[in-house]
Amino acid sequence: MKKNRILALSIAVMLVIALLAGCGTGMPGAQNAGNAEGEVSIGVLAPLTGPVAQFGVAVQAGVQLYVDQFNAQGGLQISLEFFDEEGQAAMGVAGYHDLVDRGVDAIIGAVTSGVTMAVVPLAYDDNMPMITATSTHANVTVDADTGAVFTNMFRSCFIDPYQGTKMAEFAYEVVGAQTVAILYSNEIDYSIGLYEAFEIRANELGMDVVAVEIFPDEAIDFRSQLTNIAAADPDVLFVPAYYRHIALIGPQSVDVGLQDTVLMGADGWATILDFMDDGSSLEGAFFMTGFSPEVEDPLAQQFFADFNEATGTAPSMFAAQAYDAAKILIAAIETALAGGATPDDVAPFREAVIAAMAATDINGVTGHITFDQYNNPQKTAVILVIQDGEERLWGTF
Amino acid sequence: MLYVSQLINALQLGSIYALVALGYSMVYGIIKLLNFAHGDVIMVGGYIALFSLTALAFPPVIAALITVAGCTLLAVIIEKLAYTPLRFAPRLSLLITAIGISILLQNLAQLIFTANPRSFPTQMLIPAGSITLGGIQLGFVPLITIFASLLSMAILTFLVQKTKLGKAMRAVSEDMGAAQLMGINVNTIITFTFALGAALAGVGALLYAAGYPRIEPTLGMMLGIKAFVAAVLGGIGSIPGAMVGGYLIALLEVLVISMGLSQWTDGAVFLILILVLMVRPTGIMGRIQMEKV
Repeated sequence: MKKNRILALSIAVMLVIALLAGCGTGMPGAQNAGNAEGEVSIGVLAPLTGPVAQFGVAVQAGVQLYVDQFNAQGGLQISLEFFDEEGQAAMGVAGYHDLVDRGVDAIIGAVTSGVTMAVVPLAYDDNMPMITATSTHANVTVDADTGAVFTNMFRSCFIDPYQGTKMAEFAYEVVGAQTVAILYSNEIDYSIGLYEAFEIRANELGMDVVAVEIFPDEAIDFRSQLTNIAAADPDVLFVPAYYRHIALIGPQSVDVGLQDTVLMGADGWATILDFMDDGSSLEGAFFMTGFSPEVEDPLAQQFFADFNEATGTAPSMFAAQAYDAAKILIAAIETALAGGATPDDVAPFREAVIAAMAATDINGVTGHITFDQYNNPQKTAVILVIQDGEERLWGTF
Repeated sequence: MLYVSQLINALQLGSIYALVALGYSMVYGIIKLLNFAHGDVIMVGGYIALFSLTALAFPPVIAALITVAGCTLLAVIIEKLAYTPLRFAPRLSLLITAIGISILLQNLAQLIFTANPRSFPTQMLIPAGSITLGGIQLGFVPLITIFASLLSMAILTFLVQKTKLGKAMRAVSEDMGAAQLMGINVNTIITFTFALGAALAGVGALLYAAGYPRIEPTLGMMLGIKAFVAAVLGGIGSIPGAMVGGYLIALLEVLVISMGLSQWTDGAVFLILILVLMVRPTGIMGRIQMEKV
């Protein structure tokens, strides 16, 4: 009897020791302390599978390319930790906790606005330096309820209102539209943000908003909405949605007789033609993007060539923005390290990285980037046009 | 004019719902099984159509035949492997098995084809273009969808009403025991019913893929549920009921969307399901079954 108790006690002690030992290895920051070269770990939250995987995979490739190039220079080494958030807010939150447990020093992500907005409040509480390459909703960096800025959160892409405003101006000034219609989803934050800004700017410019139709995120049949829009016969139809919607909306718009209307979109359209078997229904459509390899800029050209060499494919806007996001974040980490902060001192290090990011002033592959007081980048828009079944550069606007 | 265009939209969507609802209704009529794997047979049909058009580069007619044959074969295999052993088991076991098959097919598709949606080459099946009739534009895709479904339904009605097999089908659905005593091979007839339902599902898969060119493993889920509601609304077990139910559900959806309430489409459909089950569970054309003493 007594023997058994001793046995139980010793097993318990062993288990506790094992547990404590486990904790020790669970803190990579402590392990990295002795590394003379220095190593910093960056977590990446991106949907690598699921309905928006195309965005996530592009972000992954962009970040990986910059980090590989950076590590090849020697000196500071960056390690990447990926988490597949599947484009779902709940998975994003789980992923954030997982990355924190893996001991990352900063995070790139998430990809879609809905997921990023679910993660930001947690990251803000931890003061975790974070930059997204693709989340364009206004409330990614600003708390929707209080209006306070999430000081830890940055992005290398345009914000929704900016895109909506820009496209309304483009419709008015370049397309010469008098009447516009909008088809958006009130279940997608990204779509709502663009719709609101577009409508406000269209009204300010004196254009007539003749039809506004909405669709559920999971919709597959848009003909009823498009039929209503066709009846209003607008000059321009603005569709702030993702490629998976556009792939269905394009052909269906032709079915209901909307081919004389100019379709316009934003960066959610990026890579649309890779996804469509036949892009003829989108002929003449304009959409805004953050990057085009045709822009005459040596950095962009170099990136295009490097990306092509590394992956065998042309980079999308998302890959370019992800590359810039990695560049901004790593530059800030270098500044923080140069300023004497070390990753082991978690709180001051995070503070230093965030301060350095706020002061960003660099040339990226998507243009010259600085941040405004809401941590949103200031840069020009690239407009693409679909011509002969290809995405072509229209110009900057 | 706007109403006519919206009516065409409803007819196109309704044609697909009706084709799928027929498969539900016929199988329920004969073995009292809500075959929840039916929607996933359509999903598999979508992938078969996609690959026979693209990877195998078959001409459209051959690809269509392969799709219909593939769906039929799949449904027969499912029936033989999963449902036949449960012929005399409680109905609930059969229902749970059907749900299991549905989950199996969806996850297999995810494993093999990944969860990423794929674009369907509509133009390889139905040429792009449209005709304008009295100021109303009619695309080839909606026209062919409506026409092909009506034709399939006419063939089905002929098979069920005019042939010996159809007569046997109706007899089995009326009273399985008596049909067996009269020398009808019940197993053959049940398999034939599954095959017929799945062939219609194959046609539905082709038309669905042409109209909504995005193929993904979960494609059959919502479509299956909507068609199930259509079958219940029309009167589950009734063949004309399934057709009427399919078109009515589509009309309702288009009506709700064109009123600007698109986020309520699914809600409206399920509200109909609840109302039918509460007020008239036999649906519009269902027979009121007497308890046999």
